[in-house]
Amino acid sequence: MAMLDVTGLGISFGGLRAVDDFSLKIEKGELYGLIGPNGAGKTTVFNLLTGVYKPSDGVIILDGKNITGQKTTQINKEGIARTFQNIRLFKELTVLDNVKVGLHNDYPYSTIAGILRLPSYRKQEAIMKEKAMELLKVFDLDKECDYLASNLPYGKQRKLEIARALATNPKLLLLDEPAAGMNPNETKELMETIRLIRDKFDMTILLIEHDMKLVSGICEELTVLNFGQVLAQGKTSDVLNNPDVIKAYLGDD
Amino acid sequence: MNKQLKDNLITYGIIIAFYAIMQTLSATGSLSSLFKGLLVPVCVYTIMAVSLNLTVGILGELSLGHAGFMCIGAFVSAFFSMCLKNSGMNSIVRFIIAILLGALVSAVFGVLIGIPVLRLRGDYLAIVTLAFGEIIKNIVNVLYIGKDENGMHLSFTDTASLNMSADGEVIVKGPQGITGIPNDSTFTIGIIVLLLTIAIVINFVNSRSGRAVMAIRDNRIAAESVGINISKYKLMAFAISASMAGAAGALYSHNLNNLMAQPKNFGYNMSIMILVYVVLGGIGRIRGSIIAAAILTVLPELLRGFSDYRMLIYSIVLIVMMLFNCAPAALELREKYSLKRLFGKKLKKEEA
Amino acid sequence: MSFWNYLINGLSLGSVYAIIALGYTMVYGIAKMLNFAHGDVIMVGGFVIYTIMNGAGLNPLLAVLISIVACTVLGVVIEKVAYKPLRKATPLAVLITAIGVSYLLQNVALLIFGSDAKLFTSVVNMTPISLADGQIVITGETQITIIACIIIMIALSLFIKKTKAGQAMLAVSEDKDAAELMGINVNGTISLTFAIGSGLAAVAGALLCSAYPTLTPYTGSMPGIKAFVAAVFGGIGSIPGAFIGGILLGIIENLSKAYISSQMADAIVFSVLIIVLLVKPTGLLGKKYSEKV
Repeated sequence: MAMLDVTGLGISFGGLRAVDDFSLKIEKGELYGLIGPNGAGKTTVFNLLTGVYKPSDGVIILDGKNITGQKTTQINKEGIARTFQNIRLFKELTVLDNVKVGLHNDYPYSTIAGILRLPSYRKQEAIMKEKAMELLKVFDLDKECDYLASNLPYGKQRKLEIARALATNPKLLLLDEPAAGMNPNETKELMETIRLIRDKFDMTILLIEHDMKLVSGICEELTVLNFGQVLAQGKTSDVLNNPDVIKAYLGDD
Repeated sequence: MNKQLKDNLITYGIIIAFYAIMQTLSATGSLSSLFKGLLVPVCVYTIMAVSLNLTVGILGELSLGHAGFMCIGAFVSAFFSMCLKNSGMNSIVRFIIAILLGALVSAVFGVLIGIPVLRLRGDYLAIVTLAFGEIIKNIVNVLYIGKDENGMHLSFTDTASLNMSADGEVIVKGPQGITGIPNDSTFTIGIIVLLLTIAIVINFVNSRSGRAVMAIRDNRIAAESVGINISKYKLMAFAISASMAGAAGALYSHNLNNLMAQPKNFGYNMSIMILVYVVLGGIGRIRGSIIAAAILTVLPELLRGFSDYRMLIYSIVLIVMMLFNCAPAALELREKYSLKRLFGKKLKKEEA
Repeated sequence: MSFWNYLINGLSLGSVYAIIALGYTMVYGIAKMLNFAHGDVIMVGGFVIYTIMNGAGLNPLLAVLISIVACTVLGVVIEKVAYKPLRKATPLAVLITAIGVSYLLQNVALLIFGSDAKLFTSVVNMTPISLADGQIVITGETQITIIACIIIMIALSLFIKKTKAGQAMLAVSEDKDAAELMGINVNGTISLTFAIGSGLAAVAGALLCSAYPTLTPYTGSMPGIKAFVAAVFGGIGSIPGAFIGGILLGIIENLSKAYISSQMADAIVFSVLIIVLLVKPTGLLGKKYSEKV
């Protein structure tokens, strides 16, 4: 059974059909790429998958469960976590606390326990800290754990966003242009991290990317989106050699 | 020692030291009666400032109706105390129950008001909280409640329409409010409530719920994306904030003989006054709120001749503070001429 | 017949609210800020007229004109000094600054004029109209207020539709950055908006004080808040919305005073605001707002 099974997804804004008849199947543990020119509707697909927008058509099935039309909060609890194209960190919280917010739903001691500092608070906070530090270590952020998130350099902010998403213990991780604004060195490092996440956490990953090198380097399968519609879909090498794709997307460059 | 823990201990320490000094001065008779009379109000307004800081600084929403919650707490607690005035109950026990009741009822109103209000954004939220504060004040001003052997009587028109029996007692008298409230508020109880308030806020902020609230403040969409229930935590912070204002109201009303809901004590101007304390003390900084509220409550009373200019100076300070702390140009300038940098340069020169 | 009198008085009060709300809604639409001090500009306008008429004994019309000029300048100065530096700051910072400006105006007036109420001489000198054998009386103030409100509303709508400056205002309110890229003078447009809004506040001040002839440093704050309620009620940013919201609010307030309870009138006005926002969060004629992800 596929981890993510989307069929006939669509949404209109006013008269504009932003995404139309979008279908996608991702197997567990797969690293999947979603590419396409600017304004093709890639981020809109993410917003539909995470419930930021309600789809007007189509069905989204996550790990055998229909999650179509659910709210963002609920969808995260069902197992989809994401990052954002324009980084959205909790800027006034520390790096550690950003990850702890991600762990929020797994350690449900009550507010009263928190205010009275009951044993459940102490115990769970200790585990939360340990887990958060483990995650931060994966992204080489453990030394900066007491920094305010807004004080991190750009590349590290992107990593922290991924760490925070992973903290929610998702089945599927959506990365929206993780390499945007990174230099070639950082991009290379990021590729390794993404591969590491997949292997270490046995994660299924869907990523939006502009950087062709990154896409062809790590994605096993690709979907190309153009004007809100699927232009090509399949193995990375096949898709990248597809003449339609070259014309619509790569040819423009 | 953990930096945060140290910070919190300093806050508690300042309050306890303040208490100890005041008690010593009071015992040796070196405290003027004017100053003594200010001790409870200082507690009331510091609690108000801390609780509003929870809404403005931690939750990140501007409430201009905080005095309304104080009004609810003041009236509910005073009403309770009046009902049990002659019951022979120990006055301290009765007062503790009154404070808790004031806090509880305010929290309930916080939830009821928060449900519609917290869906709104920014300026809309500010104006609607202001509206709620004014509505509460207006309703209290037309509220008549009396008690006789048949039980409670309620009216929104006048005393006569309560239909009381001859030996009944009217407790809430519309614009005249409640008279003859037992003076149960003491500096000691005020300080204890203040310490509890601060402990609750600090512990809340450092728990998962508090983190969730701050996450919503910093980025609502990201908070949703990691599975935070937005309305639940917004409402929670708002209700806790309201309950603390209710407790402050209870301290306030039991420090008076006659409690009336007037623009000056429960109107939006008071809400804005509390906001001034919060802003001057630093938004999101608990200790700052306490110090600002305490100083600004005491100072104008001590400098009576100065009182004409008090509000004028507040308003100028408010504007200058906001421009200095928030204007991008000012921030740049500060960055450029900050002490740290100037020192840094100096050190480098010396090295060279 | 008294119902008609209440209704007409409500219409008159509502027209004042509408004029203030027009200023509010324009400023909000363009600067995206709640100018809390807007109501206090009304008070300043009132005191300018009071001083000129009582001190210099000038003709009322001239006094009103001077007051309009004074308030216009005041509005522009406030914007330049207090709001412009904060244009890229958080909304919370701007709102708190606006509250500071409001307090500043009130307290300067308090120092100059004291807290006791001044008796304001009406600037209107017209004979009342009597209808239905004198049972319905429409005072000169009421006539002028309603007429002024309608003229202002039409003039503003035409100004925005037909003039270049008006179109620039629309563009800035839609998207400040894009407007700047299109070569629109954003700072100038914002100044112009504050100038118009404050000029309208002066007119409202003259009319308000003529109809309710007491003047204190706090005269403007409650009508200012209610006018903002009216602007929100009608849908903030919308000129017809501010007009409709103001008129409705004035009528609701006056009928509540007459038939329910004069003490509860304010509570009823505010409850209307809350109900409207619950049912239609953007007001009667407001535009929908959504955040881009």
